[in-house]
Amino acid sequence: MASDEDSDEDFVTYGTPLEPLEEDEPVRKPVPVHEQTVKDEKGRYKRFHGAFTGGFSAGYFNTVGSQEGWTPSTFVSSRQQKAEKPNVRPEDFMDEEDFSEHGIAPREIVTTDDFASGKKDQLKDKAKAVSSLAALIPGDTGLLEELIAPARSSIGVELLRKMGWKDGQGVGPRLKRKQRKQNDDAVKVYGCAFPPNGSEESEDDDEFAPENVSFAPKDVVPVDFTPKVDSHGLGYRGLNPLQALGGGSETGHINLFTLQSDRTTSLFGDRNSGQQRRGGIGGQAFGVGAMEEEDTDIYHKDSMSNYDNVLGGEEPGDGLYGWTAPQQYTRKKNARFPHSVYPPPDLPRDYRPVHYFRPVVDSSTVSPIVAQALQASRGHLSQDAPQQGRHSLDSSQRCDMLGETPLQAVDRAAVVASAKASQTSPTKSQASSETQMALKAWSGPTADASKTFKPFAENPQKQARYDLYINKLKQGNKDALESSLDSSMTEWERGRERDEFVRAALLYKPSNSSLSSRFTRSKHEDDTDSVEVTRDQENDVDDKQAAVKMKMFGKLTRETFEWHPDKLLCKRFNVPDPYPGSSTVGMPKVKRDKYSVFNFLTITDSSQVSRVAPSAPKPPSSSSTLPHLTPEVSNKKSRWDIPGQEPKDPLSAFLSETRSEVLAAKNQTDSPHAIATPEVPKQKKKDKEKHKAKKHKKEKKKKKNKKHKHKGKQKKRVEESNSSSDDTDSNSEDENRVVSTSELLQRSELIF
Amino acid sequence: MAFPQPRPQAPQLPQHLLRTIECQQGAVRAVRFNADGNYVLTCGSDKSLKLWSASRGTLLKTYTGHGYEVLDVDSSYDNSQLCTCSSDKTVILWDVASGQVTRKLRGHAGKVNCVQFNEEATVMLSGSIDGTVRCWDTRSRRYEPIQILDEAQDGISSLKVSEHELLIGSVDGRVRRYDLRMGQLHVDFIGSPITCVCFSRDSQCTLSSSLDSTVRLLDKSSGEMLGEYSGHVNKGYKLDCCLSDKDTHVLSCSEDGHVYFWDLVEGSLTLKLPVGKAVVQSLSFHPTEPRLLTAMEGHVQVWGAEPEDAAVEDS
Repeated sequence: MASDEDSDEDFVTYGTPLEPLEEDEPVRKPVPVHEQTVKDEKGRYKRFHGAFTGGFSAGYFNTVGSQEGWTPSTFVSSRQQKAEKPNVRPEDFMDEEDFSEHGIAPREIVTTDDFASGKKDQLKDKAKAVSSLAALIPGDTGLLEELIAPARSSIGVELLRKMGWKDGQGVGPRLKRKQRKQNDDAVKVYGCAFPPNGSEESEDDDEFAPENVSFAPKDVVPVDFTPKVDSHGLGYRGLNPLQALGGGSETGHINLFTLQSDRTTSLFGDRNSGQQRRGGIGGQAFGVGAMEEEDTDIYHKDSMSNYDNVLGGEEPGDGLYGWTAPQQYTRKKNARFPHSVYPPPDLPRDYRPVHYFRPVVDSSTVSPIVAQALQASRGHLSQDAPQQGRHSLDSSQRCDMLGETPLQAVDRAAVVASAKASQTSPTKSQASSETQMALKAWSGPTADASKTFKPFAENPQKQARYDLYINKLKQGNKDALESSLDSSMTEWERGRERDEFVRAALLYKPSNSSLSSRFTRSKHEDDTDSVEVTRDQENDVDDKQAAVKMKMFGKLTRETFEWHPDKLLCKRFNVPDPYPGSSTVGMPKVKRDKYSVFNFLTITDSSQVSRVAPSAPKPPSSSSTLPHLTPEVSNKKSRWDIPGQEPKDPLSAFLSETRSEVLAAKNQTDSPHAIATPEVPKQKKKDKEKHKAKKHKKEKKKKKNKKHKHKGKQKKRVEESNSSSDDTDSNSEDENRVVSTSELLQRSELIF
Repeated sequence: MAFPQPRPQAPQLPQHLLRTIECQQGAVRAVRFNADGNYVLTCGSDKSLKLWSASRGTLLKTYTGHGYEVLDVDSSYDNSQLCTCSSDKTVILWDVASGQVTRKLRGHAGKVNCVQFNEEATVMLSGSIDGTVRCWDTRSRRYEPIQILDEAQDGISSLKVSEHELLIGSVDGRVRRYDLRMGQLHVDFIGSPITCVCFSRDSQCTLSSSLDSTVRLLDKSSGEMLGEYSGHVNKGYKLDCCLSDKDTHVLSCSEDGHVYFWDLVEGSLTLKLPVGKAVVQSLSFHPTEPRLLTAMEGHVQVWGAEPEDAAVEDS
């Protein structure tokens, strides 16, 4: 246990030490669960039967009985040799596994009688007495249990006895003090009881107590942990029939409120006292028996004066109610704590104590007045409008948020007037034509606005304006657009919105009601209002087509974007990460509004410009589906072009010029495709072409010079290639051109 | 002691047929030299890949494992691994010696047109008809690509990898060059669907052939056109083009059964090599010597500069 030689190391070692590991011994891995096998005592593989270990495994490898199997016992009985009546027990049919811990008849280690307690001890009795108070039969001190309990003491008690313990003593080291009086005598207990095992100060000092004698400690009464199972009040117990009937002389009245421990001790006292109580039923009510000494007061009548009329006893006259505390403090009758009053919070003036649900009425179905009212109310409620992106707010919303004062109406009107005055007539006329078209499309009786697509659903105010506009269109109002726009917005915003509304009205014009009824609007379509698109969009393809046609590769056909390779890819290529800090991979993406009409408008613009710029004919097949592609509209340039503005840089000016020429040339070549080709004099055309060729040559020269600065080495090759291929290009390129425009056509049709 | 420099000889063109290999694997979709030019790899339409000796023309090994016709193959720099792509939308990494499939990578949504190792064979790049290029890691056991390049708006027809650049030709008529070192994507607009792209050996120029029957040599850094080569027929098939071993000539397959040789500088047609009657589907130029592989229908032809050498080898 302790180290022999080293006194410093007084470690305590438990268990058997593990064998020291050999150096070259392979470390044994623990056997995994699926490879572990179960074997019985003889090392055979054990087979499991039933769910766990249940079931009988019979004989060798689940044969029965013996190697031969179960031999049936043949019944033999004669007059001389009677058949033995076999005294069989269930254990005879069991295997040894069944007697094990988990078997069906486990054999536990049980205390045999030899080790059981020989005598009943007082301690146990006391505990029983305590528990008996809560027993069903009050006063039953476990008589029944005593009858059943084994007469022997347990091994623990026997061991204690062997160690010198005696019944009635406490357990523990002997004490060097006076032997207390074992409370054989009844301890008088009054109303307020001491704790039962507490200090026994009430011992007499007069007893003889020699110095060199030690005493055993006092026995303790185990604390009663009887759980409270009834629904009475704490400490309540019913009338004790023993006292109610028997001990009438001792107690004036039954004290209901004494503690239980108090009762216990008094009970013990009763019991241990020499005064023997009569058992059985006794009392005056049953008359005087032969053994009774008293025969007086036979007809005693229990009067009601024995009982309390008042709960809690009579009031003592001093008004102290048993208090012994010093009496300086007198309680004031009418002293009241100053209540601090917390007033309810001040409500804002326009507070309504009802939650206001935003009406889900489709504002296009109700009259415009209602819609306006609705819009106004929404304006009030703009605080609880869903949080929108910074860019999706309009100026009035931003103005509200920032707390600025809105622009004065007079100024705005002036601005509007001046802007209108400055507007040039072609734009106006073309816009008005679109407006008229929208009016025509919507004023039909079949138009069912409630089922139409809501292009501005993300911006409720804008949608409301749009609905208003649509409503006015349906009513055939001529100036529907102007009147439905918000007059508090800037002219630029209004112009933009005007354009958007007209486009949207044309795009989402009411389809046939039978067709539209087949589609239902999805519930969750608005969950994602934006789509991810690459930040850098490719430039106009037509410019490049033109450049390729002129073999002006280089700046015009080359575009460079930011691109983020994956970190791992850089690692594998042995290349430092070009953007060490960034986490994006691929092209940088930005979020765009899904339902923004501008996503479509940019495409239509380009296609329009490319296709319709030289007063091109309208393809008859698409005329029904593309109502706004009328010749008036075709004059339109890009919608962002403001007339009289931006002097184009020479390169792009040149490009657009050449492009229009190319297109003119194309119109000649693909005359079989287009039906209504404009009549162009042939002479003119040829002149143009000549002119074009000259121009090309010039431009090429310039380009070449430029190039040669960079690439002196390849100068010769380029010149050669250019000169050699100049002749062949025009035909193939024209074909190419046709293909791409038809592609564009298809695309634009798809969009609409 | 300094030897005088040998006089620069006129570049020799591989115009003599050395041998014809009957591959017996259906149509040969692609033929490639391995990294050092000693072996030939042919992709067959019968789902098999075959490895041949370039000098003898004997079959060395057949690799089977694809579910549909094999479309392209590339070998690693150390000849220990091969990668192939197929119409069954998979990319397979092979162990050359054992012929076992090391990794089979799924992820493309359509047939995979082209595949290429990077310089150290740590990444495989595959371009598919679904418009994406996927970068597969050969070092890890991940079955997901490292990165997907989905900038192309149409199918990928051809891709090449240099030290730190990916050159990708797409049917949308654009040649995209991803510069990993700079973190930039350069898009060159060609207009017509691209069938094949190549780097020049000095990696200063890019060569791209397109369906308008034109091969264009573009300056890599600026995108300017340095040369334009035409005369051949390429209108419907995905035909290969390449540069000769010393960058002196531009080669292209043609649908009229010839291989066209143009002088790179002058742009003039130097040689029109008659291969057969059908379409020359694929070609591959030896990395160091004037030797050419052409694939037509079910056979591969090996072309060399000197016929007498071939005679010696044959005998």
